[in-house]
Amino acid sequence: MEFFVTLIQVLDSTIRLSTPLLLACLAGLFSERAGIFDIGLEGKMLMAAFFSAAIAAVTGSVWLGLLAGIASSLLLSGLHGLASITFRGNQLISGVAINFLASGLTVLVAQSWFQQGGRTPSLFGGGRFEPINFPFAESLSGVPIFGPIYSELLSGHSILVYVAFLMVPATWWILYRTRFGLRLRAVGENPAAVDTAGVSVVGLRFAAVAICGVLCGIAGAYLATALQAGFVKEMTAGRGFIALAALIFAKWRPWHAMWACLLFGLLQAVALRFQNIDLGGVVIPVQVMDALPYILTVVILAGFVGKAIPPRAGGEPYVKER
Amino acid sequence: MEKMPKWADVILIPLISLMLAAILSALVILAIGENPVEAVQLMVTGALGSTYGWGYTLYYATNFMFTGLAVAVAFHARMFNIGGEGQAMLGGLGVAMVCLYVDWPHWSIALLAACAASMLFGALWAAIPAYLQAKRGSHIVITTIMFNFIAAAFLNYMLVNVMRPQGSQDPATARFPDNVNLPSFQTMFSTAENVVFRGAPANITFFIALLACVVVWALIWRTRLGYEIRAYGHSETGAVYAGISPVRITIIAMLISGGLAGLMAINNVMGEAERLVLNSTEGAGFIGIAVALMGRSHPFGVFLAALLFGFLYQGGAELALWASIPRELIVVIQALVILFTGALDNMVRMPLEKLFLGMRKRAE
Repeated sequence: MEFFVTLIQVLDSTIRLSTPLLLACLAGLFSERAGIFDIGLEGKMLMAAFFSAAIAAVTGSVWLGLLAGIASSLLLSGLHGLASITFRGNQLISGVAINFLASGLTVLVAQSWFQQGGRTPSLFGGGRFEPINFPFAESLSGVPIFGPIYSELLSGHSILVYVAFLMVPATWWILYRTRFGLRLRAVGENPAAVDTAGVSVVGLRFAAVAICGVLCGIAGAYLATALQAGFVKEMTAGRGFIALAALIFAKWRPWHAMWACLLFGLLQAVALRFQNIDLGGVVIPVQVMDALPYILTVVILAGFVGKAIPPRAGGEPYVKER
Repeated sequence: MEKMPKWADVILIPLISLMLAAILSALVILAIGENPVEAVQLMVTGALGSTYGWGYTLYYATNFMFTGLAVAVAFHARMFNIGGEGQAMLGGLGVAMVCLYVDWPHWSIALLAACAASMLFGALWAAIPAYLQAKRGSHIVITTIMFNFIAAAFLNYMLVNVMRPQGSQDPATARFPDNVNLPSFQTMFSTAENVVFRGAPANITFFIALLACVVVWALIWRTRLGYEIRAYGHSETGAVYAGISPVRITIIAMLISGGLAGLMAINNVMGEAERLVLNSTEGAGFIGIAVALMGRSHPFGVFLAALLFGFLYQGGAELALWASIPRELIVVIQALVILFTGALDNMVRMPLEKLFLGMRKRAE
């Protein structure tokens, strides 16, 4: 029974830790499916984390914070679009610049606004997303097996967690069941064909980059206002890159992205809970758990376990022939 | 026919990009309620106003020359090596092993061995992404990013579980023995009555970095291999048609790039810290990207850009000390430089090209 309790706790924290990964991963999915590589997920999340926490701290309203986070992330998305779509610059370099911009600006502005060494004041009350309890969660918690699963694992997360997991079918539906999604995928594979059909490549790509910005904004806001209570320097801690790894691991598909993010979230949860894992004599150091998402991604990229083929026009600026 | 004269491409565009970055940086300083002019004055006196300041400026510049050259060599083969950070970390591991586990009679021999070890470790860390890019088509940018994180975890493991001296809580190696300490600028240039560079970390590695700039220049523009690397970077199909093997060039260019990034470790690990600590690279691998972009991948440009970033780094540290501007200002400036000289290059280039074309038409 003790094992079961631990299991539920680890899975519960898996869900919490997977959420920012999943949101960022889906964000990257929209962008990269439209042919815009985005290694700036990390920066956008960080920016959103800061502005959501800052505005929530100042106004006391977490919803205004969320809006501010989304807006700041959208701004960086706009910059990425300007550089990589309008001026046909190198998308990877633009992503690197955005990551540094966010990493520097957040601390600079945080210090200027709050003078607390690059962090925001701690959020409390209406400044944070409160957990949502499902109906009867309290009374059902006594039921064996089902009770803990319902009341601890599924119930009691903040609304953004449910939003993130609902975004998975939504993304699938948008990509595979709507005209917009078809065009979005086409523009990532063969923009010339989309252009010939009379649909604006630039418009579609900007739309994709904007969706990416909104989702990264929610991911960042979740980090600072739901998972933790406030912004601290570099609080994304490489999550944007783990999301990128998950995206490749999932081969740019929404449902697979969810499983990949859950897997990487589980690794984080396990690394948090147990430091070094003793498997009957063989000790797995905690650093292996930290590095595992990246190692798995390299293995997938190497094509030893099924080949990861990115959208064909990814990374290439589209030049309309005259 | 070229759209604009060569000097415009080499000098004018980087200068305009740099000015845009500087203007935006000034606006950022204004926005956080500080005075940009005072900030620049503080930075100049802090970084260039004394031999102590210069000692730090040149120390940072040494790091950035190595990582900048590393990124530049990869750029010539049209590859983006974001893995300089991880390669420099591994280079540090190589240096630490050489300095700790071998008893050296003199620092000069230890330096040679440390150079070899750091380059080897850095190159090995670049070899796997290079192989995967060349043979399996895995995107080098993604694999090198992943390898940065793997390197950090690996180094963490080595420092915490293997190399940490017994009884120490600090995740770092023991201090290197005294006879492998490199001569600092202070010991090299001070006279009995006039002590210069007092306490500054700049050391003999600076001259190795200068040498590396010259060697990379010669390699890229004066050897057959350099020609092949540039040819491959210009046009892969053209290079294949000329009998150049893409696999060979990809791997060799990345090995050189990783070796150069690894070489940085003799400056920060052997020259300055004299032991290996966590996060010894302090982001220098990433600054190499900005340096290479600004220097237009030319060793002399890299040299100048590295000096500029050395100045920014030391000046930024002084700002954090004397004004209420956090060090992160430098990260913002670095981001703006990458943005304008790299990603938004066309924003500056397109209007200029139009301008020059118009001028030429009028002349005809």
